Amino acid sequence: MAEQTNGGGFPLKGLFTGMKVTIIELFKKPVTVNYPKEKEIPVPRARGVIALDTEACTVCMLCARECPDWCIYIEGHKEEQPPSKEGGRVRTRATLDRFDIDYALCMYCDICVEVCPFDALFWSPDYEYSEAKIADMLHPIERLTEWLDTVPDAPSLEGS
Amino acid sequence: MTDVDARAAMHLSDASVSVELETQGMTLNIGPQHPSTHGVLRLVAKVEGERVTSVQPVIGYMHRGYEKLSEVRTYAQITALVNRIDWVSGFANEIPWIRAVEKLMEIEVPERAQWIRLILSEMTRISSHLLFMSSYPLELGAATPLMYALREREYVMDLIESVTGGRFHPNFNRVGGVKPVAGGGSTQKKVSQDLPAGFFQGTREAMDRVDSVMDELDELVTGNEMIRARTIGVGVIPPEKAIEFGLSGPNARASGVDFDLRRDGEPYLPYDQVDFDVITEQTGDSFARYLVRKEEIRQAVRIVRQAIDTIKPGPLQAKVPRVLKVPKGQAYVRTENPKGEMGFYLISEGGRIPYRVKIRSASFCNLSILPWVLEGALVPDLVAIMGSLDFVLGDVDR
Amino acid sequence: MNFWLELVIKTVLVLFLVVLPVALVVIFGELKISAHIQSRIGPYFAGGRFGWAQPLADGAKFIQKEDLIPAGADSSVFRFAPYVVLMGTFATFVVIPFGPDLAAEKLDVGIFFLLAVSSLSTLGVLMAGWSSANKYSLIGGLRAAAQLIAYELPLVLAAVAVVIQAGTLSLSGIVEAQANMEIFGLGIHLPYVLTGQILSFIIFTIAALAELSRIPFDMPIAESELTMGYLTEYSGLRFTMFFLGEYAAMISLAAVASTLFLGGYYLPGLDTDALKVAGPFILLGKTLILCFVFIWMRWSWPRLREDQLQSLAWKWLIPLALANIVVISIFKVVL
Repeated sequence: MAEQTNGGGFPLKGLFTGMKVTIIELFKKPVTVNYPKEKEIPVPRARGVIALDTEACTVCMLCARECPDWCIYIEGHKEEQPPSKEGGRVRTRATLDRFDIDYALCMYCDICVEVCPFDALFWSPDYEYSEAKIADMLHPIERLTEWLDTVPDAPSLEGS
Repeated sequence: MTDVDARAAMHLSDASVSVELETQGMTLNIGPQHPSTHGVLRLVAKVEGERVTSVQPVIGYMHRGYEKLSEVRTYAQITALVNRIDWVSGFANEIPWIRAVEKLMEIEVPERAQWIRLILSEMTRISSHLLFMSSYPLELGAATPLMYALREREYVMDLIESVTGGRFHPNFNRVGGVKPVAGGGSTQKKVSQDLPAGFFQGTREAMDRVDSVMDELDELVTGNEMIRARTIGVGVIPPEKAIEFGLSGPNARASGVDFDLRRDGEPYLPYDQVDFDVITEQTGDSFARYLVRKEEIRQAVRIVRQAIDTIKPGPLQAKVPRVLKVPKGQAYVRTENPKGEMGFYLISEGGRIPYRVKIRSASFCNLSILPWVLEGALVPDLVAIMGSLDFVLGDVDR
Repeated sequence: MNFWLELVIKTVLVLFLVVLPVALVVIFGELKISAHIQSRIGPYFAGGRFGWAQPLADGAKFIQKEDLIPAGADSSVFRFAPYVVLMGTFATFVVIPFGPDLAAEKLDVGIFFLLAVSSLSTLGVLMAGWSSANKYSLIGGLRAAAQLIAYELPLVLAAVAVVIQAGTLSLSGIVEAQANMEIFGLGIHLPYVLTGQILSFIIFTIAALAELSRIPFDMPIAESELTMGYLTEYSGLRFTMFFLGEYAAMISLAAVASTLFLGGYYLPGLDTDALKVAGPFILLGKTLILCFVFIWMRWSWPRLREDQLQSLAWKWLIPLALANIVVISIFKVVL
């Protein structure tokens, strides 16, 4: 189906149809989104930044183990808690000391969020956290907890 | 061309800074940093005036060690990494890998997951070919098709993002299907990752937009006499040579080799249930390669439109154990990626990590024809031919 | 006053009142028009919403850049090359008539002088390519020289056809001839492009695009395989001079084309006194329309390969231009 002619018509017709396309485009509105005055809103599932719910985390270290880049740094210790019933054994509870995600290394692959068995990690579509220094890209536990406010609800599904 | 002195000559040509104009030819070093080599490719070209007498590509600047990395990563981690081989068509890279694992584990993928994979694969094909449509005229000098094609590509990318969460690296395939739920915790398990509301409507609109921009690009680029003058008859690859060098995908089909893994290979997705044409051209020049990719976009749009009408509700992933252990064995799966034929050869000794993963990438074999096809070409044609082969250095070097 | 002093003052006035502002307008127009053709906004922040101060901001940025001369470069030739290109371009403005008596110098051999002087820029391009001590610049410079020389001929031959019809080499005389030209005694004054010179106009426009090294003929410069060709090693103020020189040449060739083919400063229905005031603006309007067409062509088409470029010039344009001259001469004698 090779068209070896320019589709018929007078010679150099292709050049003029090309010019017609550009002149029509000249008078249309540009599609530029004028960042930072206007911003594009990413979809709810977009993988922007990871948020941490410290209450749910049990320091099981699954996310740090499964991360392909090893960009999650976790330290925790066990605390003793009073027994649930009188005379029962002393319970221990693991508490987080340190939970850092290094976004300079993170490749946004979604493995840590997916393997967490306790609903401690969530995706948020927020993307405006660039820094001037690479060291600032390490988000400590407080910053990760702040991102929880930006986590959207899951979108409704097709056909539901 | 590959005698012992060639390497020494290469380093010498590196060292010479001053202008050495010998009458028998000049060694021109094109790249690795260059506007038009699609990445960090280095060509050591011997030119005489305007004619290239020999070209030696030097690759490896982008080698990231995928095959070595796969020896120390689990299957889920490799799935995340594999997206980045051919970074233009992210989703398509996962398919042969996941199919190889599923073949070894002998898992059957549910219907809906297969259809979602098909829709996303074809959208990735549209996006990869639209990038070709934007960058190829730019190398020939026309600057406007770039913006038109990329503008419509954004809509397709947004659709892929709305389903998977990632535009370029979706990481949406899981062994046994696609990602079923958002996570492993109790509430995350109820957040299904099925197609979001508005996906079908959005897809229909996006496909209409892609169709209309293809009409625009047809008028702007395909009918343009100058583009034709620059590409017709340039870089002709006869079909025997195409098979000899291992060309695949649109490059081979433009030379007349009528082979498409979607139709002719081992079935890996329900392509037999959709209606599409396999586009071939007979001339084998750069214009034919351009035409094949252009028409493939339209065929992909056709496939997507049929797929969203055919898909039915169902489970998204087959039952697989939480900790994935693949039985001992070997599997090779090859699929029709936008760039050509991509294959994954997986050797597993049981356990959580594969023993060896070998990646047969399309662009590596497409690139191997460069010394043959560029011999005797003019220097401006070098750019036209390289652009028409449409390789990506991430795919070449892995 | 002394003749030379007067000439210098007139030339400087023309340069600073005409060339520089119009060049800035054309540069801004190119940025905005190309942006809207490509569905984007273009300059936006410099100078309020329209970004009108963008060319000025670019100029200020270039002036404060470091002046780099490559170590292996032939220093004096390298420094002198931009000036040669600019000289060739600016000297053409001396003879362009802006009104009935408003040419900087009314020469009887106007068009001859203009075409001769504008071809001096070729020398500057060769100097730039040679002295840069860079293989790519050399290739670009040689290609540019070949292209510029090849397209001089169609440019001149197309102008010769107009000269034959007008009967005079002087640019003001050509405008006068168009002002007095009538078709079949109907009393309508039409510019030459509509009275038999359409082929010359097309040939002149194509040759002018090639002289300017604009797409579709910009193999020497913005190539995707040879970086910037002969301009690679130039930075800062020297680059600005080349850049301005290119746009000044575009305005000059567009002005010449308007004068030769579109009637110059003359608009039917205006008498000489009105023309003395409105003439420059009429010429400016026609020039800007032609510049718009050049910009439009640049952003719609790709570039031609060097050998296709040369074969276009030697095998098509020159024979067509010669045939055109023969036909015009026959008509001039017969009618």
